[in-house]
Amino acid sequence: MSTLFTVDAVRKRYRGAAEDALGPVSLSVEAGRHLAIIGESGSGKTTLSRIMLGLLPPTAGVVQYRGTPVHDLRGQAARDLRRRVQLVLQDPFASLSPRMRVGDIVAEPLRILHRGVPVRTRVAELLAAVELDPSFARRFPHELSGGQRQRVAIARALGPRPEVLVADEPVSALDVSVQAQILRLLRRLAEHEALTLVLVSHDLGIVQNLCHTSVVMHRGRIVEFGATTELLADPQHPYTRELLASVPALPQHHETIGKIL
Amino acid sequence: MIALLRNPSGLVGVLLVAVVVAAALTSLLWTPHDPLIVDPAAGWLAPSASHLLGTDALGRDSFSALLVGAQVTLGSALLATAVAAALGLPLAAIIELTPPMLSAFLQRFVDIMIAFPTLILAVILVTSFGSSTWTAAVAVGLGASVVVARTVAPELRRARSSDYALLATAAGASSGRIMLHHVLPNAGSTIVVRLTQILAGSALAEAGLSYLGFGTPTPTPSWGRTLAEMQPQIMTRPEVLLAPALCIVIVVLGFNLLGDGLRDILDPRTRRSTP
Repeated sequence: MSTLFTVDAVRKRYRGAAEDALGPVSLSVEAGRHLAIIGESGSGKTTLSRIMLGLLPPTAGVVQYRGTPVHDLRGQAARDLRRRVQLVLQDPFASLSPRMRVGDIVAEPLRILHRGVPVRTRVAELLAAVELDPSFARRFPHELSGGQRQRVAIARALGPRPEVLVADEPVSALDVSVQAQILRLLRRLAEHEALTLVLVSHDLGIVQNLCHTSVVMHRGRIVEFGATTELLADPQHPYTRELLASVPALPQHHETIGKIL
Repeated sequence: MIALLRNPSGLVGVLLVAVVVAAALTSLLWTPHDPLIVDPAAGWLAPSASHLLGTDALGRDSFSALLVGAQVTLGSALLATAVAAALGLPLAAIIELTPPMLSAFLQRFVDIMIAFPTLILAVILVTSFGSSTWTAAVAVGLGASVVVARTVAPELRRARSSDYALLATAAGASSGRIMLHHVLPNAGSTIVVRLTQILAGSALAEAGLSYLGFGTPTPTPSWGRTLAEMQPQIMTRPEVLLAPALCIVIVVLGFNLLGDGLRDILDPRTRRSTP
């Protein structure tokens, strides 16, 4: 199995901050695996995901994708990384430009990264993949519900046929019933497209059905790492236990959580 | 456009501006009398069928002067706003795109320029370059350009640090593409509304400068100067001041209401859900 991401001793301190927001953190992501990065807000999980995508420069350390550092990439190498790694953000109300039609939003990565692809048919194909009618292409984001918007965001991310999908809190802005639908969709797509998934979340309940491995972050550092099932059944670090205790019990999780408590 | 007419402010704004534009266009082709013909014997005539609004001290037809004055008002408002946009928008982009230190310096510079009264700037320019409608309009535009820069720069910043701009970066978009496809369209409504307000402000500033004698020189009719020329009559026939004053109110109110209407319909939060 090949290693996609190698994060080596990455630290981040924001300008003017007294202490590091992140790190040092090291981890690796294997192809085909589903990795969860878990932590409360301020734990550095989003910072880590941005650095892994090369969207934020680290203060120290290196992130490599397939052996190439992701920072300061230019030209073909940059396009290559963007094509292989795509991102879905938390708030589908903020992540879709209010002035673009859904069709153009989904088409944007294709137009930049896959010139020459017949955009219209590909957009219809992508909307179908996220269970939306092709007629949605003509709509504006403000005409869509939160769940529909997040489907659009996922369709957009899948456009360039990425190897890795990084999803930063992809369902936490959504209603609970919609959350389950989007998670099912993500799981189906991940299987169907053989995606490697990096799921950033504060919610262990969301992660457990989707991710093989989990990393627990606290105050910018990784405090626990392991198979998600083991982590849930037998948390080692006190912070992980605390996090587990704070998960609101969804009906289908009653059994597992009952055991933990 | 239809949405603008459905909006109450927008509708009234469009109507008022349309009246002024119609007056300006009409005056290009036809006026009841030549507003420049002086006839001292016919000075201070009361309104009649021939002279709808009477005549001024030199016997010139007031109604014709007001029609022609609309050209000056609209022309100088458009020129001032064009100058404000041509200088202010690039300045906003520079403030937004430069490193923090330089950006902070530029912002303080803009603050100082805002503090400098436009009227005094106009007086300086007019005394150096001679009194003309266009000098006054350029001066007003210069003063307004820093206001444009100051209000548009945060809008650009907001759009540039948005999630959709981040996703565009993650899709490999260049910063130029993000500016063109994401930042400008999303900051666009603020820019349009701001420029409409500047139109109102410029029309008022032109009237003010002309009133003070720093704007449009004689004999070209200008609402501000007409107002000044009518002034001696304020104790005896105050109604003759009403017409030029009302014209100024109409154009300023018209542009302001148009701006309000545009703001309402361009904001996605107040926009109707189906286009």
